[in-house]
Amino acid sequence: MAQDETINYLNHDRSLKSWLLTKDHKRIGLMYLGAVSLAFLAGGILALLIRLELLTPGETIMGPDAYNQSFTIHAVLMVFVVLIPAIPAALGNFFLPLQLGARDVAFPRLNLFSFYLYLTGAVIVLSALIVGRIDGGWTFYAPYSERVGDSILFVTTGVFVMGFSSILTGLNFIVTVHKMRTPGLTWNRLPLFVWSIYSTAIVQVLATPVIGITMVLLFLERFLSIGIFDPALGGDPVLFQHFFWFYSHPAVYIMILPAFGIISELIGTFSRHRVSGYTFVALSSVAIAFLGFLVWGHHMFVSGQSAVSSVVFSLLTYLIGIPTGVKVLNWVTTMYRGSISFKTPMIYALIFLFTFSIGGFSGVMVGVLGIDIHLHDTYFIVAHFHYVMMGGTVIAMLGGIHYWWPKMTGRMYNETLGKIAAILVFIGFNLTFFPQFIMGSRGMPRRYYDYLPEFQFMHELSTYGSWILGAALFMILGYMMASLINGKKAPSNPWGALTLEWTHAAALPHPHNFLATPIVVRGPYDYHLAREMFELVPSGDGQHGEVIPGVEASEPDGRPEEA
Amino acid sequence: MGENGSGWLPEAMSTVAAEVDALFYFTLYTSTIIFVAVIGAMIYFGIRFRRRDESEVPTPVHEPKWLEMTWIVVPTILVMIVFTWGFKVFVKLHTAPPDSYEITVRAAQWYWEFEYDNGVTSANELYVPVGKAIKLNMSASDVLHSFFVPAFRIKMDVIPNRVTSVWFEATDVGTYQVFCTEYCGTSHAAMLATVHVVTDSEFRQWLATQNQDLPPAELGAQLFNQYTCNVCHVDTAVGPGLTGIFGSERKLSDGTTVIADEDYLLESIVDPGAKLVEGYGLQMPATFGSLTQKQLDGLIAYIKTL
Amino acid sequence: MTSHSAEGHPAHLEHHFVSSEQQFDAAKMGMWLFLVTEILLFSGMFVTYTVFRSWHPEVFAHSAELLDWRMGGINTIVLLASSFTVALAVHFAQKDNMRLVIINLMVTLVFAFLFLVIKYFEYTGKFAHGVFPGAAFDPHGVAGGHNYADYNIPYAAQFFSIYFVMTGIHAFHVIVGIGVIAWITLRVSRGEFSSAYYTPVELTGLYWHLVDIIWIFLFPLLYLI
Ligand code: HEA
Ligand code: HEA
Ligand code: HEC
Ligand code: CUA
Ligand SMILES: [Cu+2]
Repeated sequence: MAQDETINYLNHDRSLKSWLLTKDHKRIGLMYLGAVSLAFLAGGILALLIRLELLTPGETIMGPDAYNQSFTIHAVLMVFVVLIPAIPAALGNFFLPLQLGARDVAFPRLNLFSFYLYLTGAVIVLSALIVGRIDGGWTFYAPYSERVGDSILFVTTGVFVMGFSSILTGLNFIVTVHKMRTPGLTWNRLPLFVWSIYSTAIVQVLATPVIGITMVLLFLERFLSIGIFDPALGGDPVLFQHFFWFYSHPAVYIMILPAFGIISELIGTFSRHRVSGYTFVALSSVAIAFLGFLVWGHHMFVSGQSAVSSVVFSLLTYLIGIPTGVKVLNWVTTMYRGSISFKTPMIYALIFLFTFSIGGFSGVMVGVLGIDIHLHDTYFIVAHFHYVMMGGTVIAMLGGIHYWWPKMTGRMYNETLGKIAAILVFIGFNLTFFPQFIMGSRGMPRRYYDYLPEFQFMHELSTYGSWILGAALFMILGYMMASLINGKKAPSNPWGALTLEWTHAAALPHPHNFLATPIVVRGPYDYHLAREMFELVPSGDGQHGEVIPGVEASEPDGRPEEA
Repeated sequence: MGENGSGWLPEAMSTVAAEVDALFYFTLYTSTIIFVAVIGAMIYFGIRFRRRDESEVPTPVHEPKWLEMTWIVVPTILVMIVFTWGFKVFVKLHTAPPDSYEITVRAAQWYWEFEYDNGVTSANELYVPVGKAIKLNMSASDVLHSFFVPAFRIKMDVIPNRVTSVWFEATDVGTYQVFCTEYCGTSHAAMLATVHVVTDSEFRQWLATQNQDLPPAELGAQLFNQYTCNVCHVDTAVGPGLTGIFGSERKLSDGTTVIADEDYLLESIVDPGAKLVEGYGLQMPATFGSLTQKQLDGLIAYIKTL
Repeated sequence: MTSHSAEGHPAHLEHHFVSSEQQFDAAKMGMWLFLVTEILLFSGMFVTYTVFRSWHPEVFAHSAELLDWRMGGINTIVLLASSFTVALAVHFAQKDNMRLVIINLMVTLVFAFLFLVIKYFEYTGKFAHGVFPGAAFDPHGVAGGHNYADYNIPYAAQFFSIYFVMTGIHAFHVIVGIGVIAWITLRVSRGEFSSAYYTPVELTGLYWHLVDIIWIFLFPLLYLI
């Protein structure tokens, strides 16, 4: 066993080929993480340019065509290349099998194939940039999208291919959760991260084919003028919107559900407390996944869809607020009488509660028919979705990356820098996007390269905010890279967490994850049943919570508990 | 509410605006209260239950069922109130009074054209009488656009081959901003218009004097701004500058040259794709083909004066 | 399971599975999920069909007359028969009768080709009279008692666009199916499967049933009503 400990998934074979052809879910996860971060960097730099252009009215650094292309590519990158794969394909790939006590996902070869499909799709999308002008926003509304240059064909093909990748990943995860759980890991002992990835996978499998066929139809319409969407050919542009949102609304839950999972892990671990209302939190993910299919029409209140459908969609939209609220409130009550440690990941979890709630409430506001008529396609919407996507998913992702960094890389990052950066992200983020709520409700339309002088003050604030935000993110990139070179070696369980990747895998996991099959005997957050973990090792040496890999989890001791 | 409206919303200048605002503030304040409570609890728990000792392991709290139920029931009730209210406002926004004064609106890349019942048309300037319900019947000639007047809290997409409508009743004279809020190409951000709300008698007078004859060059100068020619040809470099082009020799992208006479100018306006100027792509919309002969003559006369 | 070098595990069992049953269950569940996504892909097109049909019911009913229900009907029977033979192949795989598995798969292949040949004649028959999808739509000439020019009415082009897209994507699935069945047949003949392990045969069968079922919906919607 001793010699086995020195072998880990990174060093057992270092050749390039062993990475490119790997079937190891951990390596695939890392490769996704790299690709996603690169795309995030590119999308973020475009965002900074967009903000710079909006610093003053009229032309600041670029003309209208350049601007229109910038926000289109910014959004396509952020949505399809970053956010949809980000948590499930990167962190999910790495940690889902570990948390299940499995050796790998159900179909490792398919997993690698999905990764290459994803890369291919991303490359096709980006090649559109070389082919020519690509504007119209990430929604590609017909008929505009059929009148712009041929580069739109690349974007639709790319999105189609990435959609395929997303479907296969989802399918793989569903089967993995059903069939690969280790003995003792019953459904009500699943870590909440697993529950959320599972619900996400359901949405991926059920919604993505529709964007697939939409993209095929758009493609054929461009090529053969088949007249499905273009009114000049007898088609219906509103039908396109229905198709698009039938996928893209559920897709926002593909983006946020995994984030909920991370937040549950973080709050449970750093409060050292059972996540309150476990069953409610787990099942609300499933509820959100299903309700998410029934509300797409709330993007179309002024599109010319029938008034009756608008009313129904509006009603269903609010219902989604309820399971989400159940989650938020349970996270807060988890902290009640916990033992809360403010490590960097926990700070991100708290920021998430703040920013995501604002985003969620603004979502409910625009779900109200009478109000959305005024707010639709203004910066209020831009603020809403950045609060949920950047303030929700990206913040959770950052929390997750910090939390699992030691397990992925075997190194600790600098905690002080981590906290400073988190606080700067918080300040920069709110400064960037809060003013957008105000100017949006005052009438500032989105996708505007130029604006009336009365909006300048808010735009300035927003641009300054984006600089702070950008600086903080670059800072994170910096100290994370530095930790790879000179970071402290991580113990196998630095946070004292109870899920299998921490308790049963080495600091850097073995290529086959576990040396022995873990047997699960308690829930993922039952700290009171694992008390000895925190009493065995003296505190303060960074080693508390160290559990020797391969040893069975402790049996419940049955002692009465005192607070 | 003053000239600039309240803190969050712009001035409210239509009969439905006040109701929209009341609903907006109700949801905003309710959300704020819940938000403050949630975040307040989070901060309080964070401080009160911070970890004081590395080895402490708290006992799990068994949250009572009624608490879970409260979280489900209270939001559901709130949501139902807001829904019913929002529904009422929506119905009002949606149904134009039967005696509305109707105006036809045509949207094209990148201007608005308004046609009144006596056949008068105006571009990017909409005149309406105060205190009267106005119904706009809208259609587009190329791609989607959307008609948005923040001060009236109204918005509606404008779709090719289909008529959509929107109505409002302005409560005060003044001029109000119109935006296009559906992405429609290069000059989407410049597809602006103004609503002039005037008294009934002023409106009648305006309508009556619209057919009065302007000298062609002056008419052209007006149209040049109204139909946003200036956006591409003066304000930005999307199109070539037009100063002194009449009679000059133009280099085309296929290598040939042509003298910019009246015919060439006319063709350049109604069928921009026919002869592309060297260094420029097909960015000028073809929608100007629908201008009347008189308008085209005016534009050409004006370009000659440049 | 203590270590993956455990003695005597079957050759087909991949290292990350505990048992053959686990591996088989996983594969089967994966296939079912994949079929669900296929159905959703087609459902997008069915929705398009329904929307346009509800707008222009007469045009759609009129245009459908141009499609030959006899050819469509024969093709339906051909596909049903092929579904039956592929089911037999799975049955004989369970019985370890690999010779009959191969024969049944081959017969399935023959039916699949027959389906494509008939489709080919249908398509070229339409193309000959200018019935193309989209902008190229320009019906002319007389054949089979129809004056094609009668069909040059608004929205008939939509009907035929939808027809070509739906049957085209379906035909694409048939072609993929032919490839997969051929490959599986080859593997059977190499002796890779037995009654203990025939998962790929069963999954191929499932896929082929799906192709068949989708046609069962396409045929009445496009040809009959
Ligand atoms: C991660 C992505 C994400 C998420 C999670 C959400 C979540 C929600 N969104 Fe959002 N949305 C987008 C991404 C997302 N959205 C994007 C990208 C767009 C714009 C697309 C475009 O046009 O380009 C958009 C646009 C959009 C619109 C269309 C606006 C318009 O264009 O006019 C609407 C309208 O209903 C809406 C509603 C909602 C609602 C009700 C939720 C809910 O799920 C929110 C639920 C959360 C809460 C409510 C907060 C927590 C709850 C409590 C603390 C309990 C108490 C609650 C109550 C009493 C209600 N969203
Ligand atoms: C995931 C989604 C996502 C994210 C994260 C962002 C992030 C940002 N967005 Fe974006 N945005 C969209 C999705 C997103 N956006 C969408 C869908 C639209 C709609 C487009 C349309 O209308 O079609 C939009 C539109 C949009 C607009 C409106 C344009 C318009 O309507 O005219 C603006 C303007 O301010 C904007 C700004 C920003 C800014 C300043 C950020 C910042 O938060 C960015 C900060 C990031 C960086 C500065 C990069 C730094 C990164 C690194 C250093 C890498 C390090 C890596 C790790 C730490 C892992 N975005
Ligand atoms: C979106 C931008 C845009 C708008 C709006 C626009 N144009 Fe143009 N215009 C162009 C571009 C680009 C060219 C050069 C390519 C070409 O010849 O078509 C051009 C060319 C021309 C030419 C030929 C110029 C030459 O140098 O030979 C004339 C005349 C002209 N436009 C007049 C008008 C008038 C009149 C209007 C308004 C009614 C107008 N344009 C609106 C973009 C625009
Ligand atoms: Cu017209 Cu935007
Ligand atoms: Cu939505």
